[in-house]
Amino acid sequence: MTYNFAFLDEDTKRMLRRSLLKAVAIPGYQVPFGSREMPLPYGWGTGGIQVTAALLGPDDVLKVIDQGADDTTNAVNIRRFFARVAGVATTEHTAEATLIQTRHRIPETSLREDQILVFQVPEPEPLRTLEPREAETRTLHALADYGLMHVKLYEDIAQYGHIATSYDYPVLVDGRFLTSPSPIPKFDNPKLDRSPALMLFGAGREKRLYAIPPYTHVESLAFDDHPFEIQCWEHRCELCGSGESYLDEVVVDDQGTRMFVCSDTDFCGSRRTEAQA
Amino acid sequence: MYVAVKGGEQAIARSLELLAEARRGDTAVPELELAQIREQLRLGVARVMQEGSLYDEELAALAIRQAAGDMLEAIFLLRAYRTTLPRFGYTQPLDTTAMRVRRRVSGTFKDIPGGQVLGPTYDYTQRLLEFDTTTPAVVKSAETPLPSNMPRVLDLLDAEALIERIDAGSDPEPMDLTREPLMFPADRATRLQNLARGDEGFLLSMAYSTQRGYAESHPFAGEIRMGEVDVVVCPEELGFAIEIGAVTLTECQMINQFHGGNGVPPQFTRGYGLSMGEGERKAMSMALVDRALRCDELAEPSYAPAQNQEFVLSHSDSVEASGFVQHLKLPHYVDFQAELSLLRTLAAQHATDTDEQPLSAAGGQRP
Amino acid sequence: MSALLQVRGLSQHYGQRVGCEDVSFDLHPGELLCVVGESGSGKSTLLNTVAAQLAPSAGSVRYRQRNGAWLELGTLSEADRRRLAREEWGFVTQNPRDGLRLNVSAGANVAERLMALGMRNYSQLRGIARSWLERVEIDAARIDDAPTGFSGGMQQRLQIARTLVTQPRLVFMDEPTAGLDVSVQARILDLLRRLVNELGLAAVMVTHDLAVARLLAARTMVMQGGRVVETGLTDQILDDPQHPYTQLLVSSVLTT
Repeated sequence: MTYNFAFLDEDTKRMLRRSLLKAVAIPGYQVPFGSREMPLPYGWGTGGIQVTAALLGPDDVLKVIDQGADDTTNAVNIRRFFARVAGVATTEHTAEATLIQTRHRIPETSLREDQILVFQVPEPEPLRTLEPREAETRTLHALADYGLMHVKLYEDIAQYGHIATSYDYPVLVDGRFLTSPSPIPKFDNPKLDRSPALMLFGAGREKRLYAIPPYTHVESLAFDDHPFEIQCWEHRCELCGSGESYLDEVVVDDQGTRMFVCSDTDFCGSRRTEAQA
Repeated sequence: MYVAVKGGEQAIARSLELLAEARRGDTAVPELELAQIREQLRLGVARVMQEGSLYDEELAALAIRQAAGDMLEAIFLLRAYRTTLPRFGYTQPLDTTAMRVRRRVSGTFKDIPGGQVLGPTYDYTQRLLEFDTTTPAVVKSAETPLPSNMPRVLDLLDAEALIERIDAGSDPEPMDLTREPLMFPADRATRLQNLARGDEGFLLSMAYSTQRGYAESHPFAGEIRMGEVDVVVCPEELGFAIEIGAVTLTECQMINQFHGGNGVPPQFTRGYGLSMGEGERKAMSMALVDRALRCDELAEPSYAPAQNQEFVLSHSDSVEASGFVQHLKLPHYVDFQAELSLLRTLAAQHATDTDEQPLSAAGGQRP
Repeated sequence: MSALLQVRGLSQHYGQRVGCEDVSFDLHPGELLCVVGESGSGKSTLLNTVAAQLAPSAGSVRYRQRNGAWLELGTLSEADRRRLAREEWGFVTQNPRDGLRLNVSAGANVAERLMALGMRNYSQLRGIARSWLERVEIDAARIDDAPTGFSGGMQQRLQIARTLVTQPRLVFMDEPTAGLDVSVQARILDLLRRLVNELGLAAVMVTHDLAVARLLAARTMVMQGGRVVETGLTDQILDDPQHPYTQLLVSSVLTT
């Protein structure tokens, strides 16, 4: 049997697009949607896949990354899925892609207005670990009652001397909705602010979609006297020499010797190609 | 010299080959036919249909074979396939009163109109492994056939007005949980849909907890019935109802004591469970959990896990649970790196702090 | 002076059972009103209904906001109710564990309401939290300790600091000293009397203890079986009770 283009039927895609329009209209607001059961496990990108399926056209060029890399198994698997059910062109180069689905990173290469970044989101609710009841967190969002989140940040500083959240660092979108940026390292948070590219977030298991429209103000929560800071390294990438990218630590031998390399494999590879030319 | 890992695509291809080989096992042994699974593993087929939300014995058998007998994987396969199926319409409500009963028992009355009917059950098998090959069973047919229409046990209580009356006519049209997201608080129809798709093991444990003091349930198995029920649709273009087939169902109605409250007089209340095929354990568990989840409506004290609808409904689904638990094996290099550098900072801080105040080191006496 | 709170014909029924029936009173700025009665007299039900935590079966509660406008609490949206609770009111529960966040430090407990109001300077939050801990006689060095390690009296004082830190206009207190030893009670009552005077708080306090009313309240309301049987100046009620039930209450205190 043959599947419909990009697996989902056209009615479902329309439902998804309507939900996405609502998400774009209310930046940072979690839109409940009729998440379908996909042929990939929950927690493995079912939300992102549905968003991508709803947006893909035959002329799109798709890039899929996981941990910044195109070649991690889950990224490969999702790319294979769309190559199989949609037959679209795929790429590993950020600049060539019209649509990028990602898990846990934002590419180092700046995005453009004609690109869309789709995030896979395991837990869309930034308040969930502080308040497990969904009915209550929805009320807190409705009333913009976010004191609880600041209690957590306060507690971090009191206990550790600084805010001890290193990834999935909460943001306030458009001055209104407290939002999870998905588990990207806080290093990537500044790339969310006033991004030229549309950013869409899909949480399949939790059945929520949300969006950060182009050029929207995104603020990482902090205190006036404890401003938001990103990670920095004493090392440079040992492959391309970059001092501005997010680095992965790799254990290279049995003695535990470490080396630091770019987590964004396309960024690193392009820099090395340029350096050789 | 380190080279960034490449070859995910190849690794996946090799893994799929190994999986296919492992699934098939020794090729000297003939491959299972779907008919064998459907006919000889019918309870497994029923569970996959029920939790896969798709009544199709052939597809369920296919999923079980493809999943090498892993029921949760088979349910997942069926669910994903179900997503691609066009939706032609909804059936009329099934009439289980008109069930062609093959099994029907009640724990509340010794004798009931229509009688207790054991039917095919494992209840009285003594659970001795039978080492010899099975010989085809010879079934003696009953001298008098079962009545074609068996009254419900709960209707006997209803006649005395001792049990709550639920007017089906005033029920709002239920939402379709496979098309719309679960929202809280969820009404009873939505809760029942969720429980119907819920993992049997999870529901069994939740139901068990209500019997052990985590919720006051005082249940009686009012009636359990299993048999065939006609499926009726009313296509718009026809304008009248037509029968399109029959499905095997197991229905359980629990009776629970209720001391009155929220303006409701003391009476028996109901918990409801329904399962495709022969799924008695599932239907009974579902009925107990359904009743426990009605605590707010009946103004009962709510403190137990099985009474907490956000807890039960958010964690009942095996496909959701299995995916999310197992997603932990996906790469988390980036987040782990972030945590690693944070921990190094904290450890360094801790070392400096302890250097400065050697007296406050662990194990020291409190002032 | 215009009232802060107007309660008129307030009733709360649970099915056939009466929680409170036809209660009316005014509360003025800076005034502390005690509601006394034995357990089951409906005083806590009254408090929860006045504080808009329960919807009344009949009657009305009106509250005059900081901006002078009257709010009808019966028609209040959930958003407005929470805003009031956050910005203008405080609620002190009998068991401090119900009113505290036990899994975060004492400092965070005090600072939470300030952060909810938008304060975003960590050092300033610390400063205010420290000074409030001292005000309620908790060693400021305990600022980063979890309240789970505090004694019952300390927890109650922490709850008072957490509630009063935003200087609410109206505070509801439900038996704030009931679960504590007598010596601890005296210290907290003393503290409350001081803070109420310093901050000019208006408060409704529920208690079964006439001595508490004598110490704190200018006015007292006596409840029995859900109804107010006597109301007036506290001294008057205690020295010259008119209603037989009040007389019984007063004499039972005097004889023990």
